[in-house]
Amino acid sequence: MSTEVSTPEKASTPSSPPPDEGNGGESLVQRVVKMQAFQILLVLLVIVIVFSTLAPNNFANFGNARSIVLNASILAILGVGMTFVIVTSGIDLSIGSVMVFSGVIGAKAMIAVGGDSWGTAFVGIGVSLATGLAWGLFNGFLIAKAKVPPLIVTLGSLGMALGLAQIITKGVDIREVPQVMQDEIGYGNVVGQLPVLTVIAVVVVAIGIVVLHHTRFGRYTYAVGSNEESARRVGVKVDRHLIKVYALSGVLSGFAGVLFLAQFGTTAIAGQTQTNLNVIAAVVIGGTSLFGGVGTIFGTVVGLFIPAVLQNGFVIVGIQPFWQQVAVGAVLIAAVYVDQVRRASAARGGKSTRPSLRFGAKKSSPVEQGE
Amino acid sequence: MSTPEATGQPLLELRGINKSFGAVHVLHDVDFAVYPGQVTALVGDNGAGKSTLVKALAGIYPADSGEYLFEGKPVTVNGPKDSADLGIEVVYQDLALCDNLDIVENMFLGRELHRGSVLLDEPEMESKARETLASLSVRTVKSVRQSVASLSGGQRQTVAIAKAVLWNSKVVLLDEPTAALGVAQTRQVLDLVRRLADRGLGVVLISHNMVDVFEVADRITALFLGRVAADVPAKSVNHTQVVELITSGRSGEMGIAPATAAQSA
Ligand SMILES: Nc1ncnc2c1ncn2[C@@H]1O[C@H](COP(=O)(O)OP(=O)(O)OP(=O)(O)O)[C@@H](O)[C@H]1O
Ligand SMILES: [Mg+2]
Repeated sequence: MSTEVSTPEKASTPSSPPPDEGNGGESLVQRVVKMQAFQILLVLLVIVIVFSTLAPNNFANFGNARSIVLNASILAILGVGMTFVIVTSGIDLSIGSVMVFSGVIGAKAMIAVGGDSWGTAFVGIGVSLATGLAWGLFNGFLIAKAKVPPLIVTLGSLGMALGLAQIITKGVDIREVPQVMQDEIGYGNVVGQLPVLTVIAVVVVAIGIVVLHHTRFGRYTYAVGSNEESARRVGVKVDRHLIKVYALSGVLSGFAGVLFLAQFGTTAIAGQTQTNLNVIAAVVIGGTSLFGGVGTIFGTVVGLFIPAVLQNGFVIVGIQPFWQQVAVGAVLIAAVYVDQVRRASAARGGKSTRPSLRFGAKKSSPVEQGE
Repeated sequence: MSTPEATGQPLLELRGINKSFGAVHVLHDVDFAVYPGQVTALVGDNGAGKSTLVKALAGIYPADSGEYLFEGKPVTVNGPKDSADLGIEVVYQDLALCDNLDIVENMFLGRELHRGSVLLDEPEMESKARETLASLSVRTVKSVRQSVASLSGGQRQTVAIAKAVLWNSKVVLLDEPTAALGVAQTRQVLDLVRRLADRGLGVVLISHNMVDVFEVADRITALFLGRVAADVPAKSVNHTQVVELITSGRSGEMGIAPATAAQSA
C-alpha cells in the first residue's frame, strides 16, 4: 500500500491505453481513501474527537496523550513482527510467552553478570534478543519444514515458553533490573517529555515499514502470503522466508521482553496472557488480512491505538472500562467484515465464497522437491 | 517414432527424460526439442504428462534421469532460478501469479530491481513494465499498478507472457494459455505467441485446441501416456492424424509401436 503511495500514478502515460473494465485508473487519493488503514484512522480520529469533547480537560492534554502512546509502545514493537507473520497468512500466538521467557532469561543473565552498569544492561538486551530469536527459529522451522500449522506450533510454543519461564523462576517474578536500565530506558525521556520507549518503538516501526514496503524481503512476504506456490515458482525460497519471518517476530518479542523489564522492573510472568490476542486484534483492525498478502504496519499502529484510546477515554469520562472490551470486540469483527467484503468484490465476478483460513493448515503439494 | 527434421540447432533439448511421482511413472524416455523462431505445439490427452514435462523443463520437478541441453551444452536445472537464469520463462497452466500483488510486482517477482543495495526501485520497475506491455501492443490494461486479482483471464495471460519479453527470454513455455479464454482474448494471445516466435524466441504452446495448434505451430510434439508419439513439422500432418496420435498414440506409420503403447497403459 505504501509502495503505491511512494510511486504515484503517472497521470498521463504516452501510450495511455483506453480504459478497460478494471478498477485501475483511480487516483492516488481514491486509493488511499479505500485503504482500510485509512478508514480505521478516521474511526480513531472520531473516537479522539468524541472523548476530547466529553472531557476537554482530562482527555485532551499532553500528559494523557503521552501515557496512551507510552502504553502502546511495546505493543507496537510486537505489532511489527505480527504484521509480517499475518501477511504471510500465518499467525504467532507465542509472542506474549516468548516476551516473558526472554525477559526472564535476560534478567537472569543480568543477575549473573551483576552490577548496575550499561554493560550489564546490554548483556541483558543481547540475551533477550537471542532468546526471542531462538523461539522464533523454533516456530519457523516447525512451520516451514515440518509443515505443522502455525496455529498449532505457536500455541505449543506459547505453552512451552510460559511453562519454562515459570519453572526457571519457580513462579516468582524477578524484580532485580539494573537501575540504569529502568531510569534511562524505562522512565527515560529523549527531549522534554518524549519517552525513550516511544522513540525506540517509532524507530522499530519505521524500519518495519521500510522493510515491508520497500525491500525484497517485504515483497516476498506479500508474495508468500498471496500465493505460496507462485512465489516458489519464481524462485522465492518460501521455507527459508517463513523461517525468517517467524524469527523476526521472535526477536521483536525478545526485545519487547527486555523493554518491559526496563519499564516495569519485573518479569510479570502472569501479565502477558492477553498480549498475543491484543496484538493480533490490532493488526487485523488495521486492515491486515488474516488470509495473507494484504496489510500495512501503519494500519497496525492505528489498530493499536483504538483499544488504547477507548480504554483511557472510558476511564476518564467515567464509563465502566469493561465497555472497552465490548467496543474493541465490535471493531474487530467489523474490520474483518470489511476485509471480507473487499476481498469478495476484488475477486472478479464478486464471488462471495468464504475462503478458508490458511494458518489452520498449510497446504503443500503432494510431491515437494524441497528448495 | 518419426525422425524430426533438423531445423538448425535446437535452443533447448531434452533427451531420454524420465520422471516418476512415487510409483507413478509419468514421463518415459521423452525426447523434446525447442527451436529458435518456432512455435512447438505440445499436445496430448489429459494426464499425458504435458504439464509435468513443462515443470521438468522449468526445474520445478527435476527429471529423474535424462539429458538437458541448452544451446547445445549440457546443463543442470534443479530449480526455477536455474531455468530463469538460462532464459526460460514459463506461463503455467494455473498461471501462478500472486493475486494480491500488482502487475509490476508480479512481473518483477523474484528479480526485483534495486536502487542502491536494499531499497526497491519502484519507478524503474514500473516504467519497464509499462514499456514492455506497450511493446506488445497491450492496450487493455489500464494501470500497471492494479492488482492482478482485478484482471480478466486474458489480461492475466498477457501479464504472464509479458514477463518473458521483459526478461529477454530465449524460450517461452505456455501451458494451455487459451484454455479459459473467449474468442477475442484467444486471438490476442495467439497473436502474441506468434510475435514472440517472430522475435526469434523458441516457443512451446500446450493446447487441446487443434485449430489453435494448426494456426500457430511450426512443429507438433504429441505425448501419449508419457511417451513421445510423434515429433513432426505441423505442415506434414493433418488434424485427424494429430487427434489419432493424441487418443491412441498411433496414426498410420507414425506413433508408438503397439507393444510399447500397451506397456505404458
Ligand atoms: N505432483 C504430482 N504428484 C503425483 N502425480 C502427479 C503430480 N503431477 C502430475 N502427476 C500425474 O502425472 C500425470 C500427468 O499429469 P500432467 O499434469 O503432466 O498432465 P497434462 O498432460 O498436463 O494434462 P492436462 O491436459 O489435463 O493438463 C497425471 O497422471 C498426474 O496425476
Ligand atoms: Mg496440464
